[in-house]
Amino acid sequence: MRKITLTTFIILAVIMSMFVTGVMAQEQGGTLVFGRGGDTVGLDPIQVTDGESFKVTQQIYDTLVDYTPGTTEVEPALATDWEVSEAGLTWTFHLREGVEFHDGNPFNAEAVKWNFDRWRLEDHPYHIGGEFTYYSYMFQGFPGIIQEVNVVDEYTVEFVLSEKQAPFLNNLAMVPFGIASPEAVKKYGEDYFKNPVGTGAFVLEEWRQGDRVILKANENYWRERAYLDEIVFRSIPDNSARFMELQSGSIDMMDGVSPEDVEAIEESDTLKLSLRPSMNVGYFAMNFKFEPFDDVRVRRAFNHAIDKQAIIDAFYAGLAEPAKNPMPPSIWGYNDEIEPYEYNPEKAKELLAEAGYEDGFEFDLWYLPVPRPYIPQGKFIGQAIQSYLSEIGVTANLVTYDWSTYLDKTDHQEAPTYMLGWTGDNGDPDNFLYVLLDKDNSNNAYESDELHEVLVEAQKTMDQDKRVELYMEAQEIIHQDAPWVPLVHSTPPIALKSMVENYIPNPTGTEKLHRVWLSE
Amino acid sequence: MFNYIIKRLLALIPILIGVAIIVFLIVHLIPGDPAQTMLGERATDQALERLREQMGLNDSLPVQFWRYVKDLLRGDLGRSIMSNNPVSAELMQRFPATLELSFFAIIFAVFVGVPAGIFASMNQNSWFDNLSMLIALIGVSMPIFWLGLMFIWLFAVELGWFPPSSRIGVGLEFTPITNLYVIDSILQFNFTALKNVLHHLVLPAVALGTIPMAIIARMTRSSMLEVLKKDYIRTAYAKGLKRKIVIFKHALKNAMVPIITVVGLQFGVLLGGAVMTETIFSWPGLGKYLVDAIYARDFPIVQGGILFFAGVFVIVNLIVDLSYALVDPRIQYE
Repeated sequence: MRKITLTTFIILAVIMSMFVTGVMAQEQGGTLVFGRGGDTVGLDPIQVTDGESFKVTQQIYDTLVDYTPGTTEVEPALATDWEVSEAGLTWTFHLREGVEFHDGNPFNAEAVKWNFDRWRLEDHPYHIGGEFTYYSYMFQGFPGIIQEVNVVDEYTVEFVLSEKQAPFLNNLAMVPFGIASPEAVKKYGEDYFKNPVGTGAFVLEEWRQGDRVILKANENYWRERAYLDEIVFRSIPDNSARFMELQSGSIDMMDGVSPEDVEAIEESDTLKLSLRPSMNVGYFAMNFKFEPFDDVRVRRAFNHAIDKQAIIDAFYAGLAEPAKNPMPPSIWGYNDEIEPYEYNPEKAKELLAEAGYEDGFEFDLWYLPVPRPYIPQGKFIGQAIQSYLSEIGVTANLVTYDWSTYLDKTDHQEAPTYMLGWTGDNGDPDNFLYVLLDKDNSNNAYESDELHEVLVEAQKTMDQDKRVELYMEAQEIIHQDAPWVPLVHSTPPIALKSMVENYIPNPTGTEKLHRVWLSE
Repeated sequence: MFNYIIKRLLALIPILIGVAIIVFLIVHLIPGDPAQTMLGERATDQALERLREQMGLNDSLPVQFWRYVKDLLRGDLGRSIMSNNPVSAELMQRFPATLELSFFAIIFAVFVGVPAGIFASMNQNSWFDNLSMLIALIGVSMPIFWLGLMFIWLFAVELGWFPPSSRIGVGLEFTPITNLYVIDSILQFNFTALKNVLHHLVLPAVALGTIPMAIIARMTRSSMLEVLKKDYIRTAYAKGLKRKIVIFKHALKNAMVPIITVVGLQFGVLLGGAVMTETIFSWPGLGKYLVDAIYARDFPIVQGGILFFAGVFVIVNLIVDLSYALVDPRIQYE
């Protein structure tokens, strides 16, 4: 009798535990098929600039520091901790011990130095295979502001900068600065982009160009091994076709969801939607070199004339937030105190009359020729702006060019008014405010010395609280000067099967997938 | 015959040189530059300058052209600006996918189009004739992106008969060798993969083959109608030959020359890559790739791609010309 009860108890316990683990615990294994709009260009992260490449290299490589999932805050990764000298010029990083590259070579200070030397020194024997675009962009050329990289001991590396760079850590967390195995780069030379070797949670299994990239879990990962056994990134260029693939079940998740498909996903039992926190801004800029946009009253009038929420409902399926600042709220230092210019055509007309344009005027409105994440339908949104402006008596003629000409001409301040936008690189306010609106960079001849002083001071300040204060002030100046109509911060939707668990989209545009698991 | 082939192949050289020059000029004369496109919103003057220097775009056009011709004569098409991969490797990676899809599309077009045209001509103005010509008319004017999406929606999402897109399913043991997946799977005796590959081919091949099928059907019909009015056909009937013999042996053979011309031209066009079909069916072929390269102003890829396409087109035409001799003994190549 006693025996039976014991057996029953054990069986019950086993059943219970199975039940509990089945419900509670993450399940190991399975293949995740990720559908996206294009193929990877290359798998050497320092040589590429496109999101489709970063999406994959993010899984293969690790950086010294990383973004905390879902944010732009920085946390330890290959470096466990770090110090910066008083003057802000010397950074010392203590590296994680016992980490191996996929090819079995050890990760250490030598490897870090070798990678940085390869990127920054034009006479380095392996400064080959591309243009190292992001290095020169974030660190200002070759060798740029990183003057020296010194190996202190096996697991300590020191960076000596030629000038202070407050967003230095945020920069190091970016995907392009993933640390590659030096031996692999030497072995493959120009072909390294097809044979990537990092320390990341996934190892390249096969890349069929134009079609798919197949990754396998790294059994030796220094964090916990990935839940998934395999990820397949498939290129499915057409948005509708990609969505039908998801509906038919041949892919598990996709990005580039068309606004018109959002409703179907929300209604579906088997699919769900995840919104990427915005790290972008889409804006309508007015060029100070063209009359009457040198008059702040006209610029403010335009700010009052456009109904941003209506544009968002019509062209973003509601998946965006109206912008009142040039940078999105996901970034620290966002000034939420600013009172936006509300939609008020009457007020706009008054301001125009005050400026002496009660009879309106005519000008060219340049609209985006290509879909961008921040403005997916340039022409339609251009037409919407055109009609809002006609309500206050202003005539806008729609103009556009092919993408590279458009960029070239706006960059040279040839457009009287234009739509454009920006996706942040490193999650630092400097990467929006200084890059877009400082007098040295602005494309619309907005040249405020007051703003310039604040932005430059913020670049040289290492104290975080002080920086927040400075950027708050900068946003206030910009709000008063109204050089743009900030339109939207879009939150790009990602569609997933309900069984895909623990996917946390990061504002930076890519994220590691090693904590994602499948519940069936 | 042999001399003729050699002569035609030699004639390829001036054609390719001409194409190379024209393509180089067109590509460099269209506005926009690759550095700008690559950097996008991040294109500052300094960054652009540096990138152009690295890409060799700062040299004058004649210098760039000379470098291009010099490399070309050595058989070097250069490297892609986007990926830094050799152009020839990029093209050879994608051409097999296009070749395979075009082959099956043209098979579909011929095996449906030619019989439909013959039947229509045999029963001129009958309901079958009218119906098939109506279908052909719709087929010619059908926007392929719409047709493709409808195919996917109906046969993949709703009915689940075929996979929605791509060349092969996920999770199959399969190693591409030639990148012609049908051949690769046969070479490896991997019949699971073969079945899967053929299954994936059906929808895109039918979608891509629809327009050529319609053109071939119309051409077959009109060519047959013309031949069927000839005196020798009446003579054949008068001799008491059966209708089947008259149609297939006497009429069809003589109607074949224009049909072959059309089939050859269509096949040549398909080999250039079908942008729409490849986009809708996520087919990693040449067409979509070349269009992307044009948008990115990836000059070496565009130049190499068009040059390659010109060569393929000329060779397909040569094969068409040679096949005339097979159906019409009066045509001889000396």
